[in-house]
Formats: sequence, C-alpha cells, structure tokens
Amino acid sequence: MADLRDLYQELILEHSKAPRNYRELNRPDHKAEGYNPLCGDRFTVYVNMDGDSIRDVSFQGSGCAISKASASMMTQSLKGKTKAEADALFNDFHQVVTGRASNNGDHPDLGKLAVFSGVSEFPARVKCATLAWHTLQAALEGKQEASSE
Amino acid sequence: MTTAAKSPLSQPPALHEVVSHFDVESVRADFPILQLRAHGHPLVYLDNAATAQKPRAVIDAIVRYYETENANIHRGVHYLSERATEEYETARKVVQQFLHAARPSEIIFVRSATEAINLVAQTYGRVHVGANDEVLITAMEHHSNIVPWQLLCEERQARLKVAPINDRGELILEEFERLLGSRTRIVAVAHVSNALGTINPLQSIITMAHARNVPVLVDGAQAAPRMPVNVSDLDCDFYAFSGHKTYGPTGIGVLYGRQSLLEAMPPYQGGGDMISSVTFEKTIFNKVPHKFEAGTPDMSGAVGLRAAVEYLNRVGMKNIAAYEHELLAYATEAVSAIPGVRIIGTAKNKTGVLSFVMAGVHPHDIGTILDQEGIAIRTGHHCAQPVMERLGVDATARASFALYNTKQEIDSLVRGIQKVREVFS
Repeated sequence: MADLRDLYQELILEHSKAPRNYRELNRPDHKAEGYNPLCGDRFTVYVNMDGDSIRDVSFQGSGCAISKASASMMTQSLKGKTKAEADALFNDFHQVVTGRASNNGDHPDLGKLAVFSGVSEFPARVKCATLAWHTLQAALEGKQEASSE
Repeated sequence: MTTAAKSPLSQPPALHEVVSHFDVESVRADFPILQLRAHGHPLVYLDNAATAQKPRAVIDAIVRYYETENANIHRGVHYLSERATEEYETARKVVQQFLHAARPSEIIFVRSATEAINLVAQTYGRVHVGANDEVLITAMEHHSNIVPWQLLCEERQARLKVAPINDRGELILEEFERLLGSRTRIVAVAHVSNALGTINPLQSIITMAHARNVPVLVDGAQAAPRMPVNVSDLDCDFYAFSGHKTYGPTGIGVLYGRQSLLEAMPPYQGGGDMISSVTFEKTIFNKVPHKFEAGTPDMSGAVGLRAAVEYLNRVGMKNIAAYEHELLAYATEAVSAIPGVRIIGTAKNKTGVLSFVMAGVHPHDIGTILDQEGIAIRTGHHCAQPVMERLGVDATARASFALYNTKQEIDSLVRGIQKVREVFS
C-alpha cells in the first residue's frame, strides 16, 4: 500500500507552502501558461536567457501541493542550465515520477528533485508533478500554452 | 398542460409498504460493489453525483436480457425479436410513469442526459432560434447544459444569456425574469446543480417562461435519482436525465418532450427505425418517439434502466429524498465544524451535494488523502467552470450522497478531512 508520507514529504509540503521564485519576470524572454483541465491547476512560467543558458526562471499560478512544490523546486534546479540540460533533467524527473527508474540512484543529477519519487505510487498525480515542466518546455519552444493532459 | 396518467404501474409495488421507513442496511445489501475495500479500508463511495452504483436487480436484468431476450427490436417477426421489443417498450412505459408523463411516446431513449440536451438544441433549437434571438440559461449549469446552446447560438448568430446566482449559489429569480425577453426562444435550466446541490425553483421559472410563451428544458441529471419528478405538474416542455446517475447502466439517457413539440420537431439523426418509408426521392419519418431513435438503440440499457426505476419505486422516491436530506444536513453540520473548512453552495433549498474547500489545501490533495482512507470524492471544477469562477474558487472537493450512504460513512469523511489537516499542519 502506498504511504501518504512518501507523497507528501516534508520538503514538498514546505515548498508548497512557501514556493520559491514565485513572481512574475519583467519582460521575460520566454513565457507560457500551463493548464491541467482535469483539476484546474494553472501556472505561468517565465524564463530569461543568457545566451543558451537559463539566467532566471520563475512562476505564478494556482494548483495543488504537488504541482506547486514541483514548480518551485524546478525553478531552483534550472538556473544556469542550457535548454538541452533542462530537457535531460525533465527526462530523468519524468522517469522517476512515473516509476520507470529502478531506483533514485539511476539519476544522481536529480538531487533534491528525487523527493518526488513517491509520486510514482500515485498515478493520478503524475500530471500534477509534471505540469510546470511541460510549461517550461512550451515556453522554451516559443509556444504560448502547455497542457499536462 | 396535462395531468399525470394514473395507471396501475404508477403505483409502487408491494415492497413499498414493507419498506415504510428507510432501512439503509437492507438497501446496502442490494449493491454488490459496496462490499469492496479500497486501499485496505471499506469503500466509502461519495462520488454519486458523477455516477451511482448499481443494485443487483439492474445487473441481473442486463444479464437476463442477454441470456434470454436479446434480438433486434421493431423489425423481426420471430419470437425473440417480439420479446426484446416488448421489453424495450415496457421500459419506456416504466420511465413514463417514473416521470409522470402523459404518454409513453413522450419518452425518447438517448445515450445520456448530454445527448438529450443536444437533441433539443439541434432540432427544436435550429428551427426556432434565429439571428439575434436568445437562449436563456443560468450561471450554475453543467457544461452539458451550456456548450450545446453555445454551439447553437454560434451557428444561428443568436445570443446566450446567463441568469446570475447569488453568493449562496441560488438563482436570482428577479434577474432571471428580467432576462426573459421578447427574443428569448428557449430556457434551459438545471433542476439540481451538480456542483452545489442547489434545487432551482422550477415552478416559478416555468410559470415566468410560459407567460411569455417560452418553452423550458430541465436538466434533471442530478434530480431524477434524488427526488420525485412529475413533469406534468411541473409543466416543463423537456426533461433530460441520465441512466447511470439514476442507478441504471451507462450508455442510456432519457429525454421527455411534450408530444405536440416533439411532433413538430425535425428528426435528430437519420437511419433505421426512425423512418416509415424510404426512397431515394423522399423519406417519410416514423412517429414519435421512434422518429428520434435512429439505429439500433441501447436495448439492454433500457432494460437495465427499467430495473433501476422499479428499484427506486420500491424504495420510494419520497423516502430517498427524505433520507438524503437527513444525510446532507448531518454532513453539512459535521464538515462545517472542522476548522478551516468552508462549504461552497449554501442554498436554502439543496440536496445531495456537499462542495467544500479547505484553507491552505488544494482539493486535489484532499482527494488523494481521502482516497488512501478508502473514501471516494470528486475534486476539481465538476464540469461547471463558470459557477466555480462566479463563487471565486478554482476547484472544490465534492462529496455527493446516495440512498446507500450512511452517517457512519460521513463520520469517516470527517475523520479523513481531519487527517488532511494533520498532513498539512
């Protein structure tokens, strides 16, 4: 049986209550809105680039604890990364939250993001954990909107 | 305009006398799925506004149909086809009496309440709604009673008007009456709001609309399982409900339509069964209700729905309404006493649905934590985004009750919500 404490880890609860980089960027280089029509979660992700690297990334919006904490921790982990590095990190993150990684050690680069591995026991919540990431990808690819449906 | 037909079938069968007071434990024994456990706990199913569970009588009727009665209807000369036709047409009569409609031909079997509304929009609506005309709905409608009218209005260059609600989630009748204008061609309104549980004052709505010769469609998806419905007393022109929310199978729904309106309406879909003769030059359409039932219908669905309606007749819709009222009152008191919880939808006249939000906790997280306790609720916008926006919430958690729920289950819900508070403390 899945344990709620695996899903709602202290770090996740803490980020959901006090999300980091929760602000609008002035004249962002990239911006997209992400929406999960199933539960109504809605976030805007803002990105400023420095050449090929992400100089600043932030978000605003409303959603559940999992989607908000995921957005918050995503912004922390992306500064200074290139788009290719960000894509690779999302790929690793996606594997972990969908339970396709055999253990967290498979993705040592995830760092604190490994705290989301408990999501894999709750398939209905995978889209919550990935919404901000899909939105980031849409922003970097110049799309206005993303959906985790 | 007509009075209810009084035939022997409209009298509840003998068991009604036996179950003179409501015995929830004997009702629960009729629903096999309630024996399930979820995540190691007894299943507490509080998502009845989404779909209701099925009594053994419904499941058995469908099995019996396929084992002993199945054939295509209205065309075979053989034994089985005659039996299947009789079963299907008997189901129509049972539904007629359930709604207290004047004639069986006023009952059209469709796929769902959604399809019933689309049928009216695409037939009656396309004939009667033209450029600059108006369709009037309310701010608490389910998407299925918004989008079909939006599509119609877009096609006909008509306008969709929305009567507002107050902060308790009640229709503001004076505003509704003010919006009923010389261009209003049809009113479409929920009997009971799926997101809030508000019971609309249909009598007043229909009287106001009829005074201006405007017909009224009632979306009864949430009302039909919860209270006696009498379309003759209401004097509504169309009434839609769904089989699966009324303890019947999925895939079948009902449209009641006033005979004179149905006869004047063009067909909805073309195909077999809805015609009386076809040549490549001209097709003569069948009589109502068959004109609106193109193709092979959901015969086993009709048989299952009949079994569901007969089950509800045996328990008694008045008993069900009274019991669910008691459950809602108990749940409202218990849930609103939890610190940080706010009930969304506090209409004086409401039934069956308890929507709520918690300070600092998103409904989706409430849903996950309750699920781990075996408690099934719905979270989100409940296919009624405009009403969520009106009441200033992105989403709610919604517990919705049925005749088989108990006060003990509501106690479990309350303990579950307290657990949510612990996790997020």
